[in-house]
Amino acid sequence: MKLTLGYVNIHDIQLSNESKVANGVLYVNPDDITKLVLEDEHLKSASVDVARPGESVRITPVKDVIEPRVKVEGKGGIFPGVINKVDTVGSGKTLVLKGAAVVTTGRIVGFQEGIIDMTGVGAQYTPFSKTNNLVLTCEPVDGLQKHQHEEAVRLAGLKTAAFIGELARNVSPDSEETFETFGLFEGAEKMPNLPKVGYVQMLQSQGLMHDTYVYGVDAKKTLSTIIDPLETMDGAIISGNCVSACDKNTTYHHLNNPVIADLLAQHGKTLNFAAMIITNENVYLADKERSSNWSQKLAKFLGLDGVIISQEGFGNPDTDLIMNCRKIEEAGVKTVIVTDEYAGQDGSSQSLADAHELANAVVTGGNANQVITLPKLDKVIGHLEFVDRIAGGWDKNTNEDGSITIELQAITGATNELGFNKLSAR
Amino acid sequence: MNVRIITNNRMVADRFKDSYTVELYDISYRDILIKARDCIHEGYRLLSHPLSGSVKPNETPYKSLLISKEKKSLDLDSLRIIEGAIATCDKFGQNRFRLTESICEDFMIIDLSLISGALSESTKV
Repeated sequence: MKLTLGYVNIHDIQLSNESKVANGVLYVNPDDITKLVLEDEHLKSASVDVARPGESVRITPVKDVIEPRVKVEGKGGIFPGVINKVDTVGSGKTLVLKGAAVVTTGRIVGFQEGIIDMTGVGAQYTPFSKTNNLVLTCEPVDGLQKHQHEEAVRLAGLKTAAFIGELARNVSPDSEETFETFGLFEGAEKMPNLPKVGYVQMLQSQGLMHDTYVYGVDAKKTLSTIIDPLETMDGAIISGNCVSACDKNTTYHHLNNPVIADLLAQHGKTLNFAAMIITNENVYLADKERSSNWSQKLAKFLGLDGVIISQEGFGNPDTDLIMNCRKIEEAGVKTVIVTDEYAGQDGSSQSLADAHELANAVVTGGNANQVITLPKLDKVIGHLEFVDRIAGGWDKNTNEDGSITIELQAITGATNELGFNKLSAR
Repeated sequence: MNVRIITNNRMVADRFKDSYTVELYDISYRDILIKARDCIHEGYRLLSHPLSGSVKPNETPYKSLLISKEKKSLDLDSLRIIEGAIATCDKFGQNRFRLTESICEDFMIIDLSLISGALSESTKV
């Protein structure tokens, strides 16, 4: 597959009476967005706001973050199987509104969701303090079931991102980058002396607010399979994972997976990025055995020399991570695992809920229990009332001066297990 | 069906009491884990992961677990996983949230969703 990403740099978002992209500015007519979003009968109201880097703004509770993209050449459209037809994506040309993001917020349940601070110490811990954010707040109709509410907010974010991406369809990109992957035999022929390295991405798939979709399919209902890494750049994998702010993979992360980016950067130089395997993280223990058996079989069958394994979440997925690592190592394929840690506020406790001696090469995204105090900010988009009820927050954690003391796990992307975070491991 | 549900979540008990063997206890999250460990000591097998969900043990008071009905010899994998979960639970410490009725209900719904997903698979094994 061959995919060119054209980067349209966005340095500001302005609310306007016309939606367009011009001179690096994304202009958005809020009526266009609310009209689009309220086509869903499950949503009662929607509002649009803007949060820019450096502003005294806190966004909470964050559900998903999505980078606007539009496919201008090649098969299919962005978010196949969800927003567009299920055509195989990952080839041709896709424009990226680099520097812009759609952030969804709103109450689904009364706990767990994350914080994005656009300034102050909290901003250093989330990558989304550096993007210009179009923030979409959605409220459900009365009496809506939780799973319908989650789906409505998820789709509202994706539709909005697709709409905004479309605004750049005829804009000339500021820069371009082309990626190419090969079939297994062709790659081995072209790079006979380079090690064949694979990527095993574990997808959160435990249930409501803990889900991931691949071409629209709920990942918990799949067996481990292979995917071309370039497909992810067109939105083949999307997040339905609202919880665990610090280490969930938002749709933005899936579109910009740094493990894939780094492997592609070395592809043909120091290694042959031969294959990407996706597998799930289910609750039922027999599923874990089945899925990790399958990852092992694929790694062996594909003749890989080594794999990088990334997990998503904490606790339950630690068992999948260790199963994948152990079994793939036992098949003679070397592994490196990417995770984060829950090592207690002082960092001295056991980091993972499972372990094995073969898991001896580990990259960490940092300690999610690390305590941080966020200053009072001038404006809150969303609902600050939930700050004491999110993962990493606790009762009466708002201080007299309006600052709040929380663990890093409350901050969106702070200990991301793809290595997307900028600051948390020391 | 070779599965029984151990839970402190009445929503789970209400949903599954007619189709599964359900044991509803008025005990803490940690005590549900201890109860499961005791069953494992007796030779029952753990069928679902005790740390299901990204909701941490010091946040949600609710936990539902699937245990085999059939008793065999001690299953070491089950024991390792439940002991790890108890240690993790102790690491997180006491619940720090102000639990309103509505938040409790949300936690129950999440627990119900997690165990429902596991149950739909358990029928296949």
